[in-house]
Amino acid sequence: MLKLTNIQTFYGNIQALKDVDIEISEGEIITLIGANGAGKTTTLMSVSGIVPPRTGEIYFMGQPIHQMRPDEIVSLGISQVPEGRRIFPFLTVTENLDMGAFLRTDKEGIREDMEYIFGLFPILADRRNQAGGTLSGGEQQMLAISRAIMARPRLLLLDEPSLGLAPIIVRQIFDIISKINSEHNTTIFLVEQNANLALKVARRGYVMENGRIILTDSAKNLLSNEEVKKAYLGLST
Amino acid sequence: MFLTFPIMVIRVNTVENVVEWRWNNMIIIGAGSFFLSFVWRYLLKKKETGNQKAKPVETDRVPLSQRLFEDHKIYIPAAIAIAVFAVIFPFVFSMYQTNIMITALIYVTIALGLNIVVGLAGLLDLGYVAFYAVGAYSYALLNYHYGLGFWTVLPIGAGLAALFGIILGFPVLRLRGDYLAIVTLGFGEIIRLVLENWNEFSFGPSGIANIPRPGFFGIDFSLRGATIYIYFLMIGLTLFTVFVVNRLQDSRIGRAWVALREDEVACQAMGIDKTKTKLTAFALGATWAGMGGVVFAAKTTFINPASFTIWESINILCIVVLGGMGSIIGVIIGAFVLILLPEYLRAFSEYRILLFGAVLVLMMVFRPGGIISNVRRTYKFEGLKNKTEMS
Repeated sequence: MLKLTNIQTFYGNIQALKDVDIEISEGEIITLIGANGAGKTTTLMSVSGIVPPRTGEIYFMGQPIHQMRPDEIVSLGISQVPEGRRIFPFLTVTENLDMGAFLRTDKEGIREDMEYIFGLFPILADRRNQAGGTLSGGEQQMLAISRAIMARPRLLLLDEPSLGLAPIIVRQIFDIISKINSEHNTTIFLVEQNANLALKVARRGYVMENGRIILTDSAKNLLSNEEVKKAYLGLST
Repeated sequence: MFLTFPIMVIRVNTVENVVEWRWNNMIIIGAGSFFLSFVWRYLLKKKETGNQKAKPVETDRVPLSQRLFEDHKIYIPAAIAIAVFAVIFPFVFSMYQTNIMITALIYVTIALGLNIVVGLAGLLDLGYVAFYAVGAYSYALLNYHYGLGFWTVLPIGAGLAALFGIILGFPVLRLRGDYLAIVTLGFGEIIRLVLENWNEFSFGPSGIANIPRPGFFGIDFSLRGATIYIYFLMIGLTLFTVFVVNRLQDSRIGRAWVALREDEVACQAMGIDKTKTKLTAFALGATWAGMGGVVFAAKTTFINPASFTIWESINILCIVVLGGMGSIIGVIIGAFVLILLPEYLRAFSEYRILLFGAVLVLMMVFRPGGIISNVRRTYKFEGLKNKTEMS
């Protein structure tokens, strides 16, 4: 479904991604784990076109997207939950969700999806007329994910949904991620620091270090891999 | 008190070579500042207690300004009263008053245009007067060279201003905040300097005179008739502006502007085309300034670059900030206050600027959101209600 080949991305003169190859097939959850500054977020930004890659190719459903503008990429069905949530603080919850459906014109469908989301996160329904900035961190993350779903994406890019949240909320959010994946067959590309949780949800995983993919395997194998355990799971064997 | 000492108390009489000491003034200033400091403290205290009181009931408290506009009992009679007043105004008051009112209405129009750029899209534009100049000069020059009439030039001027808006928009797409302000400031000055120095094109600092007033199916008006005609034309244009800006605010592009002001990256992730959205903000904002400029040229019948200095930009920006960024009614009130007050305060002409400054400072301390802060109409979701009732 999504195929990245030899991606090199730069911020000015600094190279953030070196020869990144990733492949995702339809309907799976894959995760990209790695330390701070490894290039995980940049990988997502390259896919969504906000920081376009300098060289290399990205194909989505057989279509080259590495030279497209971000809005064209969204319209193809890739939607991103940016790192640090980035909801619109002065818009209400409903308006935030509505912004997620910016490129859609089917009013009936938008309404249905909004009801679906309020069923998924009842707390958002309670707060639907409240400004986004007044929500708690966990609620904001729920809102950010919901906003991305409002675009009815085929591929959902999730950037660190566990950032700064209490463990119980993190678990709740990961449950919802699995639910979205199984109910809508939405492919999910999950970037996480919390490698332990991410590998439990995902089917396959990529490990990134200094802008390179150094390891890829099924999530199960990665969880039992000694190197990964030592470096990212914080377990000594 | 002591800061004002050199100007207020000492007066050097150069004719007789003596120094006059005006101790009386010192007493007055002392008493005045003493009193003012009390008022200041009282208001600050009131503001604090007011905040505390307001907090617990904040969720269902509707701001007074919003109540005012939603309650039809107040709203409809007020609208009728204003409409009647507006219609009879030029016939009751003198031509001088009508002229002032026309100026105020021109400012309402262009301030509403700037409100799109600054209030909605959050792009601080300090060179806005450039578009005003483009509108004014396009009427003056097209009329001078090709004899085009007011009504032909009105859309052309608006279009040209929009074009300049896009020209300015392209290089500043990546800039935000202070940097954007500096570049737009430069742009405004460039336009003014070009107009001042390119003699063959714009007749330089001497300006263009004898610009005809707008025509009405070839009827020639007396001076008074023409003024009244421009007055009603301006009322029409203002209503049109309010209507369009109001519609824009609630449209998709309006929401995209608001979202872009809040978070650019999130906007891109939502599939909003950043380039297009910013450029439309610049272009649409400039359009109103262009139209205002055309009317301005037609009203004064004479324009020169001195009318389009940086102060003009700042004045318009003050209207938007003072009135309340993003709020249409606030900007209208702001324009009337800032344009009419100086006119009617001519009696105290020496203290005019002082008063003006004091009002600005007080406003920013006690009502930082502007006279009427923006009450965004929020879009409410209705679908779920039925569902909860059913279950």
